[in-house]
Amino acid sequence: MPIEIKDLTHIYNPGTPLARTAIRNINLTIEDGEIVAIIGHTGSGKSTLVQHLNGLLKPTSGTVKVDGVDINQKGVDLRTIRWKVGLVFQYPEHQLFEETVWDDVAFGPRNMRLSDEEVRARVERALAAVDIDPALANRSPFELSGGEKRRVAIAGVLAMEPSVLVLDEPTAGLDPRGRQDMLRQIQRLQEERHLTVVFVSHNMAEVGALADRLVVMERGEIVMEGPPKAVFAERDRLEAIGLGVPEMTALMAKLREMGWDVPVSVLTVDEAEKAIMAVLRREARVGTRGDL
Amino acid sequence: MVPVATFRNIAIGQYIPGESMLHRLDPRTKIAVTLLLVVGLFFIDSYLGYGLAALYIALAVLNSGIPARFLFRGLKPVIIIILLTFALNSFLTEGEIIWQWGFLSLTKEGLYKGGLLAVRLILLIVGTSILTLTTSPLALTDGLESLLRPGRRVGIPAHELAMMMTIALRFIPTLLEETEKIMKAQMARGADFESGNLLQRAKSLLPLLVPLFVSAFRRADELAIAMEARCYRGGEGRTKLKQLAFRPADFFVLAGSGVFIVWLALVA
Repeated sequence: MPIEIKDLTHIYNPGTPLARTAIRNINLTIEDGEIVAIIGHTGSGKSTLVQHLNGLLKPTSGTVKVDGVDINQKGVDLRTIRWKVGLVFQYPEHQLFEETVWDDVAFGPRNMRLSDEEVRARVERALAAVDIDPALANRSPFELSGGEKRRVAIAGVLAMEPSVLVLDEPTAGLDPRGRQDMLRQIQRLQEERHLTVVFVSHNMAEVGALADRLVVMERGEIVMEGPPKAVFAERDRLEAIGLGVPEMTALMAKLREMGWDVPVSVLTVDEAEKAIMAVLRREARVGTRGDL
Repeated sequence: MVPVATFRNIAIGQYIPGESMLHRLDPRTKIAVTLLLVVGLFFIDSYLGYGLAALYIALAVLNSGIPARFLFRGLKPVIIIILLTFALNSFLTEGEIIWQWGFLSLTKEGLYKGGLLAVRLILLIVGTSILTLTTSPLALTDGLESLLRPGRRVGIPAHELAMMMTIALRFIPTLLEETEKIMKAQMARGADFESGNLLQRAKSLLPLLVPLFVSAFRRADELAIAMEARCYRGGEGRTKLKQLAFRPADFFVLAGSGVFIVWLALVA
């Protein structure tokens, strides 16, 4: 179920003195089963863009087609589009409201008017998918920890069993351990359910590790796009717009400047270790040492 | 679907920034004159008196440089009440009948009285909106606090009232923004805020109201802690960054307006 975005422009408060162009001339196609990361500064239009994916915002001009259906077309049931494209906002506090975790996760499926059995089955699957202990299901969502709240919020959207999952900054505010878990879960969801995943992030290491494709936004426009390694290779451009590259990529670049023959397209600590060891071994064989 | 983004458009208060003499007057002067004007308008009972009062208000509007449409915007919600007042008085006052239709009789005295009341209402609204149009909400609460201060002896918590107003004003835009975000988060889960009968609609507000209240309480708690962390302990001995200053212009406006309005109320 691809999403095609053509010449999308969104202006807040058009025709008033408060008018502000949030995104302009966006062209983007999201293919089935892809993990796409949208990166950019605060105010670069990332959130505005993702809210078009399920019709929460309507284009000022241009089109957004979900599975071939234009969200702006008359008579389109936006609710069915929202069931296909599940959007999870950054703060779980904005959506948790029920007395129990279970009821909260059931909110979406109940809005779909599913049978009680189907609702139950979906809630159980959704809670299991985000590793929420069934014992927590009867607790109040307000008693949970920050990481648990976020996972319950994601479960609340997963329970609608969308084919596209859109996450707005899923790891913001989590501790390193929570971040790791969240990333692993997103990856697992994509693998097990063949979901298409679109997520917004500030963290270069995490988009590098997770995404198949990066979309870099600046001032409402897409300025770079491509596989992480290709995007991170253009370190100067990224830094010029105030974004960095993953720490390990930066380390490799530093080492190259110092005369080490290491590849620049390194994203993780493991890859960095391999690259450095390869150089050291080569040099041990030749009998020279890089000068550290 | 709900045009959620419209929440952004709501202007809080109706203050229109400007540099006119009226804008720069001490808020206490403006509050006092407005109060006097409101009381005075109830004493006037002739068209001549209202004409003079209208002239006075028109001068103030001219000085403030506020476009007339902002004044009429304030009248819009009460136009029905004004018309109703006029109609009821015109038809229900006894006197010389000038037009009759069934049991309805329009009297000369009724027209006269209804007209007076309508003019009074219009002047009241326009007169008071000049205050809110030329005074920022913060200056207004500062002025109120200062005016209420003598009332502390009899138990009026002037500072606390003003602080509450300030905080409330400060958080209105924040809560509107939050409402918008919560609505979107719930709509993403298929929530429907518009269809169904009254009971269903009230019920559908629950997913909006619960997170909103939870967050409002949390914010209140955090604000209280932040204020205490900065040693806030009420109004006692507290100084202000922006001191209210009663300047010569204030004296002239207060004295001039005072004399004029009292004269108008007693003579006209």
